Amino acid sequence: MNSTAVSCRKVNKIFAQGELAVHALTSIDLDIASGGFVCLSGPSGSGKTTLLNMIGGLDRPTDGEITVAGQRIDRMSMSDLAELRLQHIGFVFQAYNLIPVLSARENVEFVMQLQGVPSSERRDRAMAILAEVGLQGMEDRRPGELSGGQQQRVAVARAIVSKPALILADEPTANLDSVTAEKLMQLMRDLNSQIGTTFVISTHDKLMMSYAKRLLKLHDGRIIDDIIQDDRQE
Amino acid sequence: MKTPFSMLVTVAWRNLWRNHRRSLIMLAAIAIGLWGMIWMTALMRGMVDQMIDDAISTLSGHIQIHAPGYLDDPSVEHTIAAVADNPELDKLLHSPEVTAWSQRIRVPAVIRSERDVYGITLVGIDPQRERGLSFIADSVVSGHYLESVNDQHVLLGRKLVEQLETKLGRRIVILSQDPDNNIAERGFRIGGIYDTDLQATETTYVFAGIETVRRMLKMGSGVSEISLLGHDYRNVDGLAAEVRAVAGTAETSTWLQLDPYMASMLDVMDGFIIVWFCIIFLALSFGLINTLLMAVFERTREIGLIQALGMPPGNILLMVLVESSIMLLIGLLAGNLLSWLTLLPIRDGIDISAVAQGLEWAGMSSILLPAVKTSDVLLANGIVLVLGVLASLFPAWRASRKVPVEAITRIWQ
Repeated sequence: MNSTAVSCRKVNKIFAQGELAVHALTSIDLDIASGGFVCLSGPSGSGKTTLLNMIGGLDRPTDGEITVAGQRIDRMSMSDLAELRLQHIGFVFQAYNLIPVLSARENVEFVMQLQGVPSSERRDRAMAILAEVGLQGMEDRRPGELSGGQQQRVAVARAIVSKPALILADEPTANLDSVTAEKLMQLMRDLNSQIGTTFVISTHDKLMMSYAKRLLKLHDGRIIDDIIQDDRQE
Repeated sequence: MKTPFSMLVTVAWRNLWRNHRRSLIMLAAIAIGLWGMIWMTALMRGMVDQMIDDAISTLSGHIQIHAPGYLDDPSVEHTIAAVADNPELDKLLHSPEVTAWSQRIRVPAVIRSERDVYGITLVGIDPQRERGLSFIADSVVSGHYLESVNDQHVLLGRKLVEQLETKLGRRIVILSQDPDNNIAERGFRIGGIYDTDLQATETTYVFAGIETVRRMLKMGSGVSEISLLGHDYRNVDGLAAEVRAVAGTAETSTWLQLDPYMASMLDVMDGFIIVWFCIIFLALSFGLINTLLMAVFERTREIGLIQALGMPPGNILLMVLVESSIMLLIGLLAGNLLSWLTLLPIRDGIDISAVAQGLEWAGMSSILLPAVKTSDVLLANGIVLVLGVLASLFPAWRASRKVPVEAITRIWQ
């Protein structure tokens, strides 16, 4: 796998805080190959989340170019961005990952429903993926009836069920106990190696970083280090 | 990718019940608002309908034919040919478009008892034809109704009988003017006393057989007026045009022309209903917008999440609109049910006799019958639904325009 999943060229993001301009990202140049398993690390305020937002089309850069799945996304309309996210990107957020009024299975089916997957196929795939993340028997529970770890596994199941080319995860293990966190990391790594899903993960977790093939260290909105940890990648 | 509508409905429906109390309060507001619209309109419509029915049944009918000049000078000199002498008019009056008709002699007169004298309008009628056309056949409360066009008795209103200090079976004398301007005078025995909601009617009209009056006034075969009823008092122009075409030189007037006050009441009523609906809705809309804005504000993170997962902004707007539509539809259902349940017990009317005396000037009777018109109910429902959805557009638009990162930031940091 050597095509580029994500490409950033001179990406800057400046937030205005009153009269003060805060440079959240400064001149980011980055290529992430398809099938990559990349961790973004760095202290709070280093720009990890902002970079994930830019790659996921959740926010726009002040200037610079971002290409995801071969499409320039920095000037896309909101509708086109939504379509791109639907078809190509899976998200795992740190918390509040799920839609509270839907059951675990319905949450997992949500993206597939948006994609127009037929009802029976949707249900079968959701049940299978929930079983895979260890939530068999909890399919009909709503998020309020699940623990933080179980909710996070539902979120991962939702992110991977439609096999997107790119999964963006922000502190996916932050609210998990170490056993659950390790299972989750193994699951993501398996997906990466088995079907070539590209992962970009923001984390403070040392264990998580050890799973990464490539580690990008950020500080004050700049990439200060780019470490290849695994010779199998890129 | 088009979001499946069933999914929008599912999410909207469940979101609606996340805050039971708030949703129930809003539903109650919608239901009571609609109830207020329908209930008040039914009473107001009933009031106006009754005023118009009373006006129409008080001899005017839907359409009247008179000799030119009669309306300005309703004397015996201004007569028109009787129906029997106008075959075309006779044919039209017997067509299905006309539900009832009659011809009358109607002149100013003076009535005298042993005790007093009053000015009246003497009306010579065909007793059988007046049934279903005017009030008189159904209003006799003492004595008997007139039996034929040659009946020698007269019918007096209860109030007039009181004023004349006479009673049933006693004699009175009626004086008027014949076509030669001579006094025409005749004694009658009071054969019946009628009672109406309006005292003015009781003191004004005295009824006798048309042929008896004709002989008293030494008239030829003419009549003062021909009165007829169509099927709907609101749509009389078409029938009036047909009557006009066969009435020759006679003047044809609709009830709207004969009673412009009532006609304007009808127009004012239609306009007032729209204004009334809009005022109630305006009050309602603040609650609706506030409820939806609160719901959207509380779900900022979720909306960001849904956007991040790939739902386009247009569908988020649609999702909020579906939620408000569901709320509106349930509220309307409850409001219609409430209206029906509260109107059912008063379908035979509300007795407002305590204030009927004071309202008599407006032609109101003491029993107010609610009139529920399908068009009013549909209009009330339509206004709440359409304007409600329009009012929801603002919160829905706010939800759809949220930049995902602003909502997601609350999640990620």
